[in-house]
Amino acid sequence: MKKRIATVSLAGCFGCHMSLLDIDERLLELLKEVEFDRSPLNDLKRFTRRCDIGLVEGGCCNEENVHTLQEFRRNCDVLIAVGQCAVMGGLPVMRNAIMHSDDPLRECLETAYLNSDKIYNPSNRIPNDAALPLLLDKVYTLADVVKVDYQIPGCPPSGDTLWNTLEALLAGKPVALAYEQLRYD
Amino acid sequence: MKNSVISACRRYADDRTRLMDILLDIQRELKGIEPAAMDRIAGRLGITRVEVEGMVSFYTFFSNRIKGDIVIRLCSDIIDRHAGGGEIAKCFSEALGIAVGETTADGRFSLEYIPFLGMSDQAPSAMIDETIVTCLTAEKVRLICSRLQAGVAPRELAAHTGDGNNGHPLIRSEVVNNIRCAGDVLLCPVPDNAGLMRALQRRPREILEELEESGLTGRGGAGFPTSRKWRVAADTGAERRCIICNADEGEPGTFKDRVLLTERAGLMIEGMTIAAYTVGSDTGIIYLRAEYAYLRSYLESLLRARREQGLLGKDAGGKRGFNFDIRIQMGAGAYICGEESALISSCEGLRGEPKNRPPFPVESGYLGYPTVVDNVETFCCVARIMDRGGAWFGGFGTGKSTGTKLFSVSGDCTRPGVYELPFGISVRELLDLVDAPEAAAVQVGGPSGEMINESQFGRRLCLEDLATGGSVMVFSRRRNILEIVDYFLGFFVEESCGYCTPCRVGNVFLKKRIEKIRKGLCELEDLDYLRELGKTIAMTSRCGLGHTSPNPVLSTIRNFPLVYAALLKERGDGLQASFDIQSALEESRRLAKRRSMIYDPNYDEG
Repeated sequence: MKKRIATVSLAGCFGCHMSLLDIDERLLELLKEVEFDRSPLNDLKRFTRRCDIGLVEGGCCNEENVHTLQEFRRNCDVLIAVGQCAVMGGLPVMRNAIMHSDDPLRECLETAYLNSDKIYNPSNRIPNDAALPLLLDKVYTLADVVKVDYQIPGCPPSGDTLWNTLEALLAGKPVALAYEQLRYD
Repeated sequence: MKNSVISACRRYADDRTRLMDILLDIQRELKGIEPAAMDRIAGRLGITRVEVEGMVSFYTFFSNRIKGDIVIRLCSDIIDRHAGGGEIAKCFSEALGIAVGETTADGRFSLEYIPFLGMSDQAPSAMIDETIVTCLTAEKVRLICSRLQAGVAPRELAAHTGDGNNGHPLIRSEVVNNIRCAGDVLLCPVPDNAGLMRALQRRPREILEELEESGLTGRGGAGFPTSRKWRVAADTGAERRCIICNADEGEPGTFKDRVLLTERAGLMIEGMTIAAYTVGSDTGIIYLRAEYAYLRSYLESLLRARREQGLLGKDAGGKRGFNFDIRIQMGAGAYICGEESALISSCEGLRGEPKNRPPFPVESGYLGYPTVVDNVETFCCVARIMDRGGAWFGGFGTGKSTGTKLFSVSGDCTRPGVYELPFGISVRELLDLVDAPEAAAVQVGGPSGEMINESQFGRRLCLEDLATGGSVMVFSRRRNILEIVDYFLGFFVEESCGYCTPCRVGNVFLKKRIEKIRKGLCELEDLDYLRELGKTIAMTSRCGLGHTSPNPVLSTIRNFPLVYAALLKERGDGLQASFDIQSALEESRRLAKRRSMIYDPNYDEG
């Protein structure tokens, strides 16, 4: 039986998903062994059944991210945090640096939507549609919210790194990544 | 300000390596080292402003803003806390009308915490300018404050002085020695200069042989053979060598050097002189911790007297060509300066950061010269060995740990104080002596040592088993082990010099996880995290602080597994118990003035 993989991008930029596509023709090889469940690659919005592997890109900056992540944890045997945002918060986590303010979230929103001279916002309002998920008080990494089985650093991790990881996991072997694949200086 | 800076710099010949002394003088005179003063000092000494600012921000006793005329420093050590330190802080706060960390509006008083004062046997304690007050009660605090407010100088506070030299006119302190057990080497009556005189009649090589025979190891805790240390210093070719006495007793729970400095300072100076003669040194430094400043004048007077007697200075002890003198270097409140290379940095007028090794201080230490750094107790032992012989000394203790050791015992026992006992005594025997029938845990060797449980009380205090620089803290069943661990980690977080990442960051992570465990938000695997992280910090840190700072965690996981087990929960849903979505959304709900469509179950009704 083919293994099932689910993927999602939370507070990320889809760069890690692009990197997954960078495995190029090996994608065909992958598809021989796995079937994609919920993923932006096939546009499935819900889990159809339990999955073997969940790849999660991006950290958690709003309630929807948390909800999705919890669903991934419930539905995946192995959960992998892919890329810097998922592992450490990445660029979005920079807003956590506004920690010495009395009202950090307000300061963050006002800087983003009102107070910067680089902004075009004629309504001069902070977006607040009822359909918008509420922001969290700060950005959380995946491991802050749920248990994570593997973390792959990189912005993004290279296609080869992702390929080697999946290859090993599917074969039931330990993941052995070359030093160069995890070296970013 | 200008004049104070100029005269302080001039007092030390504008010598950049004496920056500690310059800053100490300025701090004392101006009650702070403000940015303008830093500029002026830097200009005067020809160094950069940031070098001065780095010093001011590094040491606890320096401040970049003006403090009160009188600074009251409360000891926040765990033993003081258990003895009611929190209440005492409240009493001071109420009496002075300021919170800890503040200065009164009239600029007369500042109130603050320091990590460890060295008075665990007479806790709770505080330091008022340079005066120590001990065994504090609410009533005593109120009396002290009202007298200070009435204009009584801190030095005049002591109603009665402690025993022994604590009553010496140059000390006049209410501190008591609490010598509970005087052994056969150091705390028994000892003759003046007998060891020195014998040593000076012998050749350095013979002294080293005698030391080797004695098996003397460093008393600071690491237990390095003293003869080997000296031999390297003597054999390293150099035009000058330096002898430093480490009197920066900062390991919480240790106070035996305080007693030696009070009662056996002559012996210590003798030992330093013998070391100088043996390795060929002309320069000696006693690095005295700022908390023991009340002993300074007394020690200075001893040095002066010895110079007059010809025991220091040119042709010291009547030995032609042996020129050796000692100065006192005051510290300024930094635990890390108990580490020998950090201590040397501090003597050189630098931040108390450890140096890379090799080269070791015995090869290249103070100002680049081969330097012997030994503990107060070690130097005292040296003098006794020269008097009574290596074989005599080696007759006490165990195979690897010869001689007697001074133990500082504090905590939940009826007889806290200093005990001189042969190495190898069991913890249980010591507990019997100090009368601690309720002991449930004993911290041996201070926070950086090991915490043992009742079933381990048969273990022995010596290098072969439980190594210690002397600190023994006793905790009864009433104490919360994890509170103690949490406190110890807080101490290391505070005292890490910040140079290397594993220590600077890792200890913070350790502390956070322990806090989480205390809140009941952890699972079994969090222990793996703590073990792994602890191992990494110990392995990758730059100096002894980081090598040992995970010990409170690692030793309690090992020796008190049930304490942890009681707080760990198995959840099984893969979610982190510590993440609380409701509190994470609180701010957003308030700002957006709406509720969550996902996490507020009765959203429609709202």
